[in-house]
Amino acid sequence: AAGMFLRLLSDIQWRAANPKWRGVATPRRGTSTTAEPHPVSLPAQAQVVICGGGITGTSVAYHLAKMGWKDIVLLEQGRLAAGTTRFCAGIVSTARPVSIELKMAHYSNKLYQQLEQETGVPTGYTKTGSISLAQTQDRLISLRRIASSLNVMGIPCEIITPKQAVQLHPLINIHDLVGAMYVPEDALVTSANVSLALATAASRNGVQIHERTSVSHVTVQKGRVTGVETDRGRIQCQYFVNCAGQWAYELGHSGEEPVHIPLHACEHFYLLTHPLTEPLSSSLPTVVDPDGRIYIRNWQGGILSGGFEKNPKPLFTEGRNQLEIQNLQEDWDHFGPLLSAILRRMPGLEALQIMQLVNCPESFTPDMRCIMGESPTARGYFVLAGMNSAGISYGGGAGKYLAEWMVNGYPSENVWPLDLKRFGILQSSRTFLRHRVMEVMPLMCDLKVPRWDFQTGRQLRTSPLYDRLDAQGARWMEKHGFERVKYFVPPGKDLLDLGHSKTFYKPDWFDIVGAEVKCCKEAVCVIDMSSFTKFEISSTGDQALESLQYLFSNDLDVPVGHVVHTGMLNEKGGYENDCSIARLSKRSFFMISPTDQQVHCWAWLKNRLPDDSNLTVEDVTWKYTALNLIGPRAVDVLSELSYAPMTAEHFPSLFCKEMSVGYANGIRVMSITHTGEPGFVLYIPIEYALHVYNEVMNMGQKYGIRNAGYYALRSLRIEKFFAFWGQDLDAFTTPMECGREFQVKLEKGMEFLGQEALLEQKQNGVYKRFTMFILEDHDTDMDLWPWWGEPIFRNGRYVGKTTSSAYSYTLERHVCLGFVHNFDEKTGEELVVTTDFINQGEYEIDIAGQRFQAKAKLYPFSSLFTQRRRKDEVELTGYQRE
Amino acid sequence: FYLTPPQVNSILKANEYSFKVPEFDGKNVSSVLGFDSNQLPANAPIEDRRSAATCLQTRGMLLGVFDGHAGCACAQAVSERLFYYIAVSLLPHETLLEIENAVESGRALLPILQWHKHPNDYFSKEASKLYFNSLRTYWQELIDLNSGETTDVREALINAFKRLDNDISLEAQVGDPNSFLNYLVLRVAFSGATACVAHVDGVDLHIANTGDSRAMLGVQEEDGSWSAVNLSYDHNAQNEHEVERLKMEHPKSEEKSLVKQDRLLGLLMPFRAFGDVKFKWSIELQKRVVESGPDQLNDNEYTKFIPPNYHTPPYLTAEPEVIHHRLRPQDKFLVLATDGLWETMHRQDVARIVGEYLTGVHHQQPIAVGGYKVTLGQMHGLLTERRARISSVFEDQNAATHLIRHAVGNNEFGTVDHERLSKMLSLPEELARMYRDDITIIVVQFNSHVI
Repeated sequence: AAGMFLRLLSDIQWRAANPKWRGVATPRRGTSTTAEPHPVSLPAQAQVVICGGGITGTSVAYHLAKMGWKDIVLLEQGRLAAGTTRFCAGIVSTARPVSIELKMAHYSNKLYQQLEQETGVPTGYTKTGSISLAQTQDRLISLRRIASSLNVMGIPCEIITPKQAVQLHPLINIHDLVGAMYVPEDALVTSANVSLALATAASRNGVQIHERTSVSHVTVQKGRVTGVETDRGRIQCQYFVNCAGQWAYELGHSGEEPVHIPLHACEHFYLLTHPLTEPLSSSLPTVVDPDGRIYIRNWQGGILSGGFEKNPKPLFTEGRNQLEIQNLQEDWDHFGPLLSAILRRMPGLEALQIMQLVNCPESFTPDMRCIMGESPTARGYFVLAGMNSAGISYGGGAGKYLAEWMVNGYPSENVWPLDLKRFGILQSSRTFLRHRVMEVMPLMCDLKVPRWDFQTGRQLRTSPLYDRLDAQGARWMEKHGFERVKYFVPPGKDLLDLGHSKTFYKPDWFDIVGAEVKCCKEAVCVIDMSSFTKFEISSTGDQALESLQYLFSNDLDVPVGHVVHTGMLNEKGGYENDCSIARLSKRSFFMISPTDQQVHCWAWLKNRLPDDSNLTVEDVTWKYTALNLIGPRAVDVLSELSYAPMTAEHFPSLFCKEMSVGYANGIRVMSITHTGEPGFVLYIPIEYALHVYNEVMNMGQKYGIRNAGYYALRSLRIEKFFAFWGQDLDAFTTPMECGREFQVKLEKGMEFLGQEALLEQKQNGVYKRFTMFILEDHDTDMDLWPWWGEPIFRNGRYVGKTTSSAYSYTLERHVCLGFVHNFDEKTGEELVVTTDFINQGEYEIDIAGQRFQAKAKLYPFSSLFTQRRRKDEVELTGYQRE
Repeated sequence: FYLTPPQVNSILKANEYSFKVPEFDGKNVSSVLGFDSNQLPANAPIEDRRSAATCLQTRGMLLGVFDGHAGCACAQAVSERLFYYIAVSLLPHETLLEIENAVESGRALLPILQWHKHPNDYFSKEASKLYFNSLRTYWQELIDLNSGETTDVREALINAFKRLDNDISLEAQVGDPNSFLNYLVLRVAFSGATACVAHVDGVDLHIANTGDSRAMLGVQEEDGSWSAVNLSYDHNAQNEHEVERLKMEHPKSEEKSLVKQDRLLGLLMPFRAFGDVKFKWSIELQKRVVESGPDQLNDNEYTKFIPPNYHTPPYLTAEPEVIHHRLRPQDKFLVLATDGLWETMHRQDVARIVGEYLTGVHHQQPIAVGGYKVTLGQMHGLLTERRARISSVFEDQNAATHLIRHAVGNNEFGTVDHERLSKMLSLPEELARMYRDDITIIVVQFNSHVI
């Protein structure tokens, strides 16, 4: 390893001595065939093998070594930092809309800042700051939202006027700007050198680095990684980390047990110029003009500028292709619109002489977020790839989280939004990926408004009722490939077209959803909820019950026919999943969980259930169509269709029974609605779906039945203070923190996962508390709407963020749900949050920089909603409407 | 005052039509991929006509452009009727019998042609019965004649042209009890039309031409460049063979008066045409028909006027010149167009513009900066110019429209000049004819995979 390090260092010194090496020479792409003697032979075994010597691979190696893992081999098919990393624009930008991405970028920035001092490798780190420009008011709103979340994280950031912007960067043309956001601590680095510095530090900590070594495939036995086959022989290992960048998909598919890593490469262009007559200062801030789709940074006295065009050029759809690699050339005609935008933003650059147009492929993912985590099928197979052109910004933080994940079993932050298991095989089609990344790449610059949906790769998974609902005016959104109804546009009513419905204010469907909610409250609505993940767990003996009792916190040893709401908790008591489980028989259980749990929950169960052939788990998601009948008249509809009494005495809440509906028998009826409203969910074998739907709609007519969508459901569940996993709940939230102690049976007579952590919380109290906020001085028509991620202030001090929000048509107010922390005023240390702490505060919610008064509640207005007629009680609960 | 680009487009695209030969099993087994056609009027109403149809009882596809003069009646009639005459001429004896039997017994008739028509391409409802009866007489004669020989396409084309012209002439002589129809058949006969018709069947391409419309083959050379091959000869004063033919057909005494000012008898530009009975009938016949005809005809100075030096009619024939061409892989497309196009554009330019349009190659090399000193401003200007140059290509979804855009809008540098295009298209009706003629274009694209 010492020899390796010396070679590496000399390599760097040679490069540093040659000032022109970077990006100017003809790119030498990946596959090098020059026969150079390999000075060090590969070890026969190692604890960890990392494939990929770019920013992500070296960052993972660096952090693993820092955390004390020593037996690590990093393999790079070409030279270190020679792929996308080498051609990266080198901008470290923390202005990210997703909170976990923001944290990663913030960490990366701090890491790179001290890296030169730590390693002695010059990284070119310069704190220049960045200016994000807004050409429209909507853009300014989205910048304000980001500024709010940066500020509460302690990252300096301010919204500035166009005049202030031109003072920071004299070349900016400001005539078309409405404002800008300035982040003074954003930085520039020489990305390849950052990667080399990380490799150097890792190498000093014992990581072996081998260049010119290609991984052909990874071997997996009994669901565990056993080794890696390379062109220089085999290495046995317990962990493999796929950091192969744009080749990660192919590498994932090379083994016998494929690991699906949905990413796809697109060409990305940026421009390098010679210096200006008066060279640009290296401390000049980076300018991002998302409305013009471009970024401009200073580079060696000139500029480096690229962007994200509307018509991206995807490549390598059919895998690595020499022809396409050779064709990666400058395409000026393609770059034309971006060049126009650059010159429009900085007309003073007209006379600047071109040095090169660099074509550097970047990999993109189906939801614009990077991919990290462990394969659901091969334990020990980790992935970090798909950086969506922000590899440098995320690389440091992402490498840290993945290293923590490998060493500790879970990272120190909730990384579910980035987890590989949010995807499954269904996002792995090359056609899907090709189409989707063509939408994703332009989205890098598009305005991110609430409730936007992807337009490509749609109609993949659908309910058998899809066409029927579509014909009745359904508008669709997609979750995990499944089409779900947002709301139904009544006949004769026209909504704005897609482009115009993008807004941060009151959306055009407001009254439509209001009518659906009203119908749920007063009559009955049908919502197709077929997308939910459905598993059946059964056994010959008591194995199913015993295993589930260990994996779930609530008591599942209930009489047959009962439904139990329960968390699937991890060792720390956090929610890995939130389910409803029906006991179908003594020995079988039916489990319903959120749509995007399909892969994660399956892997969790598979990894933890005993390897017993008498215990079976089956994914029956596709077998059932689920119709949610919500509303006081649901009981009438069902009893007429089944000739069975459905009243509370005969069919109490949280009950499950197989019965006939119309001609169809064997319909699983459960008295839950996921909203807190009365009603039933019908789990219907798919071939009966149309029949049952028709029967329900026909019979329901006299009770005023109508279709409804998820927006109505969302409004109902949020005003009822129902937390949803994936939005409000995550692996870092325990039932104690969200008022769900009643769903935990600490004394159920047997041990269960997370029990210890919960016991401790029960004794010592919780450090955050799920709270419901009702916005007080918020004008629904005129003010910006909350979304999620808005900072919460208690007595003027930041205490947490919202996790979801909706307009409550009953309260005629906006409701936000979120977590309240108690940070010590001096140390910032987290203190216990008590009920008094919550109740004795004055709260404000910050929506894009504007604060609205909010009333905090720890319990829903239960009496308010169940029966509208009990209006006398409304006043008694203390909630007064002015 | 100028037209905006969308206004220009709406004028240019008003008559455009495209047809794609349907694919079977994802493959097109026909030698024709499809065709684009379009017309731009200069006369009001336009005197050009076009037709396209697939033969259903024999193989092959028929396409034609028809340039009318002295009104549009003749061109209209020919555009409706000629393909039926050709199709019937091509039919084997058994099929003719079958059709005749069906008509006799009142059964449904086998469809003979599948038309590919733009909504503006209309058929006369009133005359359909009359036209049908003439056509039926023709096939009855063909049945009686039964030569037993397989039908030769060249002969069929010639027979069909001649027979239709003959029927037009006869119908006018006989007249019709219905006064509307009576006037119609006379207008058809007294006006005229040239015809340029293509019959494509597999690799066999026949062009039958009467008059001065033109058929041109677009050929792609090995180096990718485009060249044009003429598949018809203009029948006008510029064609020595035509002048020779005329002289042969008439006494030497008329040699001087036959062609004057490049016109037949000093009057007519095309030397072959349908209709135009004023150049075909004897003076007596003309007088008799005009006198017995309706008043409108009698009041018309033109119809009463007898051409000077009119001694040995007929001076004009509808007999086409037929050229057969065996399609080769390098033959990529065929352009049929009335003289309105050829007056403004050289065939070599037509071949290049259509060829580049169809292949999507605009002979623009990608830009590379290389070692040159280029500034951002210079590059921006260059890219803007390149975009403008190809933008007209992207506006058109139809090769014929694209060609018309060039024919009308080309400046001296051979690129479309919007200002010029706008001026030409906004000319008032009475002026338009002075600057340009009606233009009708059909571009047929061949299927290189089959040929």
